[in-house]
Amino acid sequence: MAFLSKQNKEALVEPLNRNNPIVAQVLGICSALAVTAQLKPAIVMGLSVTVITAMANVVISLLRNTIPNRIRIIVQLVVVAALVTIVSMVLKAFLYDVSVQLSVYVGLIITNCILMGRLEAFAMQQKVLPSLLDGIGNGLGYAWILVVVAFFRELLGNGTLLGYTVIPQGAYDLGYMNNGMMTMPAMALIIVGCVIWANCAFNNRKNKP
Amino acid sequence: MSKKLNTNSNLYIVIYATVMVVIVAFLLAFVSKALQKKSDANVAIDKKSQILAALCIRSLDKDMVEAKYAEVVKEEKDLDGDHPLYVCEVDGQTKYVVPVKGMGLWGGLWGYIGINDDGNTVYGAYFSHESETAGLGALIAELPFQEQFKDKKIFDSDGNVALSVVKVGKKIDGLDEGSRCDALTGATLTSDGVDQMLKSCLGKYKEILNNNQ
Repeated sequence: MAFLSKQNKEALVEPLNRNNPIVAQVLGICSALAVTAQLKPAIVMGLSVTVITAMANVVISLLRNTIPNRIRIIVQLVVVAALVTIVSMVLKAFLYDVSVQLSVYVGLIITNCILMGRLEAFAMQQKVLPSLLDGIGNGLGYAWILVVVAFFRELLGNGTLLGYTVIPQGAYDLGYMNNGMMTMPAMALIIVGCVIWANCAFNNRKNKP
Repeated sequence: MSKKLNTNSNLYIVIYATVMVVIVAFLLAFVSKALQKKSDANVAIDKKSQILAALCIRSLDKDMVEAKYAEVVKEEKDLDGDHPLYVCEVDGQTKYVVPVKGMGLWGGLWGYIGINDDGNTVYGAYFSHESETAGLGALIAELPFQEQFKDKKIFDSDGNVALSVVKVGKKIDGLDEGSRCDALTGATLTSDGVDQMLKSCLGKYKEILNNNQ
């Protein structure tokens, strides 16, 4: 199979848009709401999930013929849990302040439905390369939604991006105010809703003859 | 991989699960040991920067923390093994920092209180939390809440802890204005947690601070 055959390309690209885990499948919402108050943790969380989905998909795909059917979910969980624990330890060692901000949510990647969903639906049946691409695709599909949501929440909620002030002082002098609501999880849900709306509208327009 | 291997037999499942768990355990233990030193160092730096925050030295660069801490904190005392006291010097004046620990609404709270050399006036305060509600209780970790503690008196004339976090407008008999801090709106339980934490942790320090002067 060529590296980027049609199927492989689909495995990588589809989750970014039409089959996006958050926007289309509505999986992994919990963490999407929790870690998107600022851009930096959202990016780190997105990357962590991408690394974990890709690696878990590869491991499960490698083992897929040996995994006993009756304990396959347990095997998948052990693989995911081990990877998540490793990522969490790496973050603690190299990106300590981000790991404090992400706190429990790194551990909760284990229960992220995207992971189990992809392992059960894709990696258990597919060869290694498509599984890797599917994992990366789904991880990035999750990551870019997080980044979009975090972009708006940090910009409107704190007037900063990645911690740097971007709204000029002049705007505040003229009476502009940061919207504290944006820092609360409820607004994340509303922004995710807007993203889903925009994505559907975009795809529907493209599909029309 | 032989096609005839029955992956559904009990024996296979037991062996498979055992081998898998052993491999994963070794892997995790290895990674944990390999990274231990680095993450411990991070935790130590984080603690030092929190202590510095209680002395109003905030938003230091990570690599600056160690040097500043060594410059400011002169001595770490722990008289009875349970009540650490950090003796510090800021701009030529002696300050003390004491740790506090308590419970908020959802999880633990902790903080450090910087105290002037009279052993009674707050010089600075730092609080943090495990999992208080973002935007409400989590505000205790932010500057506006922490700054109001500055210059408040910790003890009343009887030597009891007077420093309190009280709802705006609520009257409490015998509470001096100079020991009163405003609670956070919408975060009553977290604010009460901070109040309790101050009361329960600072009491013991009256004696320790007196003895230390």
